[in-house]
Amino acid sequence: MKVQSPLEVYNYLPGTNCKECGEETCMAFASKLIDRSKTLDMCKEILDEAYKEEYEKLEDMLSPEIKEIIIGVGDKAVKVGGEDVLYRHQLTFYNQPPFAYDVTDVMSEKEITERVNFVNNYKKFYVGNFLRLDMIAIRSVSDDPEKFKECVKKVKDLTELPIILMSFNPDVLDAGLEIIKDRRPLVYAANEDNWQKVAELIDKYKVPVVLFSPDLDKLSSLAKTFVEMGMDELVLDPGTYPSGKQLMGTFERFIKLRRSAIKDGNKDVAFPLIGIPAISSLISKDKDEFEQAVSESILTILEILKYGDLLVFHNIAPYAILPAIHLRFNIYTDPRSPVQVDAGLFKMGNPDENSPLFLTTNFALTYFTVKSDLESNNIDSYLLVVNTDGIGVEASVAGGQLNTGKIKDAIETTKAKEVIKHNTLVLPGLAARLSGATEDETGMKVLVGPTDSGRIAKWMEDHWESDK
Amino acid sequence: MSENKDLSLSLKDIQNMLDNYGVEELKDIKIEGDLEIEVEPLSGGVSITPEMLQSMVVANEAKQAVYHISNLFKMFGLSLSFQDISTIPTPVQAPVTEEVLKPRFKPLENLIAKKFNVSKDEWRLKVEEITLGATKTDGGTRGNVIKIGGEQAMPFYCWDGNIPNRPVVALDVFDMPISLAKAVKVHYEDVVHDPGDWARKAVKDYKADMVTIHLISTDPLIKDTPAKEAAKAVEEVLQAVDVPIVIGGSGNPDKDPEVLEKAAEVAEGERCLIASANLDMDWERIGNAAKKYGHNILSWTQLDMNNQRELNRKLLKVVEMPRDRIVIDPTTAALGYGLDYAYTNMERIRLAALGGDDELSFPMSSGTTNAWGAREAWMINSPMPEDSDWGPREFRGPLWEIYTGLPLAIAGVDLFMMMHPLSVRVLKETTQTLLGMIEGEKVDISNWIKEV
Ligand code: B12
Ligand code: SF4
Repeated sequence: MKVQSPLEVYNYLPGTNCKECGEETCMAFASKLIDRSKTLDMCKEILDEAYKEEYEKLEDMLSPEIKEIIIGVGDKAVKVGGEDVLYRHQLTFYNQPPFAYDVTDVMSEKEITERVNFVNNYKKFYVGNFLRLDMIAIRSVSDDPEKFKECVKKVKDLTELPIILMSFNPDVLDAGLEIIKDRRPLVYAANEDNWQKVAELIDKYKVPVVLFSPDLDKLSSLAKTFVEMGMDELVLDPGTYPSGKQLMGTFERFIKLRRSAIKDGNKDVAFPLIGIPAISSLISKDKDEFEQAVSESILTILEILKYGDLLVFHNIAPYAILPAIHLRFNIYTDPRSPVQVDAGLFKMGNPDENSPLFLTTNFALTYFTVKSDLESNNIDSYLLVVNTDGIGVEASVAGGQLNTGKIKDAIETTKAKEVIKHNTLVLPGLAARLSGATEDETGMKVLVGPTDSGRIAKWMEDHWESDK
Repeated sequence: MSENKDLSLSLKDIQNMLDNYGVEELKDIKIEGDLEIEVEPLSGGVSITPEMLQSMVVANEAKQAVYHISNLFKMFGLSLSFQDISTIPTPVQAPVTEEVLKPRFKPLENLIAKKFNVSKDEWRLKVEEITLGATKTDGGTRGNVIKIGGEQAMPFYCWDGNIPNRPVVALDVFDMPISLAKAVKVHYEDVVHDPGDWARKAVKDYKADMVTIHLISTDPLIKDTPAKEAAKAVEEVLQAVDVPIVIGGSGNPDKDPEVLEKAAEVAEGERCLIASANLDMDWERIGNAAKKYGHNILSWTQLDMNNQRELNRKLLKVVEMPRDRIVIDPTTAALGYGLDYAYTNMERIRLAALGGDDELSFPMSSGTTNAWGAREAWMINSPMPEDSDWGPREFRGPLWEIYTGLPLAIAGVDLFMMMHPLSVRVLKETTQTLLGMIEGEKVDISNWIKEV
């Protein structure tokens, strides 16, 4: 975004402090626009035609540095790009790079079905949500439009996920596009040789397109040319290379492109970047499956961290997907606020008045870890979640957000004492040092549980009945 | 523009308008009289071209043209009324305007030539360069010394400035058998009872650049081994291998000063790294011991840049530790368990250092082994029945360690403390690749779509 200070934004807002946007003042709203926690259309007044000029000015000022592109349709559509900063602490990174997994037009029907279904159904629980996979990339290995068409048809029936059509042959792309044009696929790719024909297709089908060249002058030329021709829904591929000096060059190109776009304001390259970790198979084909997964993982890590806005994979080994989806989530988490859950009193399973009452904090990672430990071990219980501003147990005991005053308040506001008759509260092991004072303040009997909630089941056997 | 609000036009007016003003002039439409529209190029390269307006009106689809133009005018805050407007359905705002504004395809003959330019990061300060280990010539018994730090650019941004040293890996060795994740344990089962053998295996078989001897048995809650006895393990390791070493305590704030002081004494002159001084303990005593016996000191704080500054300042001003003998550990949290905090904290520290903050311009160390604390690294399978299969942990674990270490290398870590042999190999290979030290196999990717 071109502006840094709320004042610059404020100058164009109506200045009436009418509070319609949910903020006390226009100035407060301006700072929310700057940190992208609110959007311009939340100010009803500025939508009035009297403010047309201001609206347009603001819209331009507030648009992200890197163009945001939508691929696919409906619920499953993905946003790529839309980034504003080079380092996440400067604001946050916005759109997690979608993960696309490949199928080819020479795979058997069975293999295609298995792979697509795997991607469709994959999920991993993490801080309150399921992490999932996002797209299917269809590669034409046959170079035969008919075969490609068949493959696209199959995939289209198997999934609602957004699709990338991959071939350097415009006839092949055309065949695929005809089948799937309504689903707003991404076309991969125009290069130095085929760009005119691909441009015609993009005009015909009105879909976003990838431009490919590891030579950044040529990539800039391609981008400039497409924009000039009236197409600006572009994704850039500066080439992913699997190893050695070439990989070093890949790292350098991704960083230079993003720096040029964001720091130097180079509009020619202010587009999302696509990374292709799948390319690692060019050198690891003969190696065992694990070695292949490792090669692809290295490219994945580098491209998640350094500006890949969309990634294409070949390997679907679950042990390789697991860390990749967590890294993506962690890097794209908003560093300005810990991921937190609501405080309160929650039932785990079907507790009754004899069930234990556990205490924890409202850091999402803590809460969901404890919840899943209780539920998967069938421990019917009450979980009292204290608001520690989203800080976990150990860090909030150290930093003071979890203290006896807060615990007492939480017990009172939730009326936790009324749901149980044993008057016993179980603290996390890592909050042991608060136990004495908590007993004094709350008048409850306090037991100290294990340090890891994963061991609560065992602890229950040894301590609950005897100590409560 | 508000005076134009109540304007009304007929389709005929528009047609006349187009005829009168000709295609070229429409780029900044200027209509005399009471109507004035200025069409500025909008952001994102979207602009209204004359061809567009023309095609809409000249096309026989009059109704559609009216519809589009009405939309277009709405965009500019003008209201229109048409004789036959009643038969026109209410336009769907967003998609239609987008379509209207979208420029028409203008095929080009040739690519527009462009030269890609990018600025260089200019930095003011370089990271201190630290020497680990001492050979015979400088009073120790190590076979080689290792240098870390000295960067004049962000990690691996070799095009911006000099990066003289590669990141190095120290493998963890403990002074007693400890519980290890299964995937790690299998590699050390035969040596866990002997720190010397353990260190030898780490260097010989797993190509450790260094080893860390952790004196964890000194913890009063573990074995409470006296400092003097614990120091023997240090001597054992020094004899078993000739790489530079790191000496770690148990983390117990009361016992560590005494233990590390004794260890520093028995390793005098070897230029080890003493791990660590920490704000919650007697950092002064540990710092003094490191200084007195010719070692480097590890300054460890927990995910807080200001605390890191404070402790470094204390070591510099109070202990008077030379600048080229401090390494910092801003804390490593595992992937999925706070890696985001660790990554950003380290990245910010390095940016601050290069930008001129001399209280932070020291090489960084990471306890990457923390990765093994994550459930996803060691559990047999997910405790959540809804989860997809996690895959075998003997593959998942080392990847978890790689996924914790490599991002931190990109954030600026110079020294890694690790455990799994495969993770060590991959981390070393990748960081050396990014520094251009590995030629690698050259491939042609121009036809990768067909070849993968
Ligand atoms: C990430 C992290 C942070 C993040 C916090 C992010 C957040 N939103 O919570 C940040 C950067 C903000 C942070 C700051 C600090 N941190 Co910190 N931080 C960590 C780190 C790396 C991971 C903590 C974590 O998230 N663990 C995962 C969660 C799920 O764990 P948890 O909440 O404790 O929950 C587990 C158990 O408690 C238990 N459990 C939870 N609820 C319940 C309930 C019951 C009934 C039972 C039985 C069990 C149970 O099971 C859970 C799963 O295992 C640890 C080091 C480590 N352990 O790896 C240090 C650590 C916790 N931090 C520490 C410190 C000192 C601090 C600071 C005070 C540093 C400073 N000087 O500024 C500040 C305090 C900031 C504040 N409170 O405002 C110390 C705490 C030392 C101590 N024991 O006193 C640690 C251990 C690092 C260390 N080794 O020194 N930290
Ligand atoms: S809605 Fe608009 S005018 Fe009203 S306070 Fe918010 S920013 Fe100001």
